[in-house]
Amino acid sequence: MTTLGLEGVGYVYPDGTRALSDVDLTIAAGELVAIIGQNGSGKSTLVRHLDGLLRPTEGRVLHDGADIAGERVAALAARVGIVFQNPDRQIFAGKVRSEVAFGPRILGRPAADAAAAATRALEVVGLGKLADANPYDLGYSQRKLLTLASILAMDTPVVVLDEPTTGQDARGVARIRRVIADLSSAGRTVLTISHDMRFVAETFTRIVVMGSGRILLDGSPATVFAEPEWPTLASTYLEPPLAARVGARLGIGVTPTEAGLVDALARLES
Amino acid sequence: MLKLETVSYRYAGYATKVLRDVDLTLGDGEIVGVVGANEAGKSTLCLVGAGLAPGSIGGGLEGRVTIDGVAMTGRPQHEFATRVGIGFQNPATQLSGVTGSVFEEVALGPMNLGLPGRETVARAKAALATLDISDLAEREPRRLSGGQAQLVVIASLLAMRPAHLILDEPTAQLDPEGTRLVGVALRELAASGAALLVVEHKTDLLDGLCDRIAVIDAGRIVLDGAAGEVLEDPRLEAWGVEAPARIRLDRAVAERGLDPAILTGTGLGARDDA
Repeated sequence: MTTLGLEGVGYVYPDGTRALSDVDLTIAAGELVAIIGQNGSGKSTLVRHLDGLLRPTEGRVLHDGADIAGERVAALAARVGIVFQNPDRQIFAGKVRSEVAFGPRILGRPAADAAAAATRALEVVGLGKLADANPYDLGYSQRKLLTLASILAMDTPVVVLDEPTTGQDARGVARIRRVIADLSSAGRTVLTISHDMRFVAETFTRIVVMGSGRILLDGSPATVFAEPEWPTLASTYLEPPLAARVGARLGIGVTPTEAGLVDALARLES
Repeated sequence: MLKLETVSYRYAGYATKVLRDVDLTLGDGEIVGVVGANEAGKSTLCLVGAGLAPGSIGGGLEGRVTIDGVAMTGRPQHEFATRVGIGFQNPATQLSGVTGSVFEEVALGPMNLGLPGRETVARAKAALATLDISDLAEREPRRLSGGQAQLVVIASLLAMRPAHLILDEPTAQLDPEGTRLVGVALRELAASGAALLVVEHKTDLLDGLCDRIAVIDAGRIVLDGAAGEVLEDPRLEAWGVEAPARIRLDRAVAERGLDPAILTGTGLGARDDA
């Protein structure tokens, strides 16, 4: 299990663009955390610090309280698996099954174990039947699921999903929600970056709101999507999920999920 | 007008048809949404409509593709390109990779159309302003976030002022404000007479944007009608398409045996606009 910590983290890209300022964040093992914020607010930059792909220009990144500055990305990758937004920056193998087995192999697992982990992960994301296909013959949504399987096969204590639902239909989103729930009940930490407010509110227990490279809000969906925070959300071009807006309009409290809204309406009428 | 008549298509090296007997007409000034499950054929439909399939990637096409009354079947790709623009699903695929700044990237299209320098600059500036990304003008395209890249790609398409435009999930990586601005820009483009085809999973977006919506399932158009009617269709879920939030909530309230009027006045889309 790994506790993640960022202490006063700032990051400036080599071209001078500042992406993060004074980020303090602690994520305990097993938490379900969504990071939301406008395009370019620093979300992807932040998660790239968690496995050392980017090193902070200010502050420290900690795993279980220890600074990771001296650790190699290969070692950190055993703890934090990141599924990137763009699947085509991640895929390289000629076969779906070898693509997924690559991760556990470089972590030093025996070939047979890696192959078994790959088979399991492909089943979990629903690509079991495509194990022998060429990754580039898959559609975009399937390539996204393939990169998810690649990270699942590595059994990292922390799994980071950057925009996992883009390009997925309703069934694909439901499948991703099941994968996240299973990871969570196995005690693993799941972080996501998403613009899908409904997905975020219905799947995650903690929401971190970013704007211009800083953390603006951090709390449960019911806290972050409560009416007093709407101006802060609007400052980073976010609006709460429809269910929360309807609940507020009807004055029945904070209802970030559609099921919660309907429950509250039912209580109101009875 | 962009018209597909009994169009079937299979990718090169494959026997299975990915599109089957597709009939779809996009009138001038019309915005048509296309929805369907993953792998139903939505992206292939985009490639065929823009002539990239089979023009660039090969494969077998049957049926007729007509643009503004001109039969396009078998025509070279560059003839399609002057009549219809296309925005791919993955914006990273679309960035040219040959420009050093966002401004140059957006100006590249009009420049390649042979427009005078002054017009090229004016169009690039206008397109960036339309999507509120003028502040990205000096940034390196490869350093953009996913959502920023998507906006830059759409700005590049707008700057070319395409006669017609096909977009494959144009807002997938956008925040709500970016999504809203793209909607405004698409409505403006349609108002100028362009036919637009927009593939999207976000039915909440299509709800306010489209005149018509077509549902594609296993390569066939299974439903094509007025946006409001299609989005209310109870078969959508079986086709892997989620109804917009306003309709989902209406149904959830009805299923609980609550009075649907309870949602009136809550800003839930169509009913309150009416």
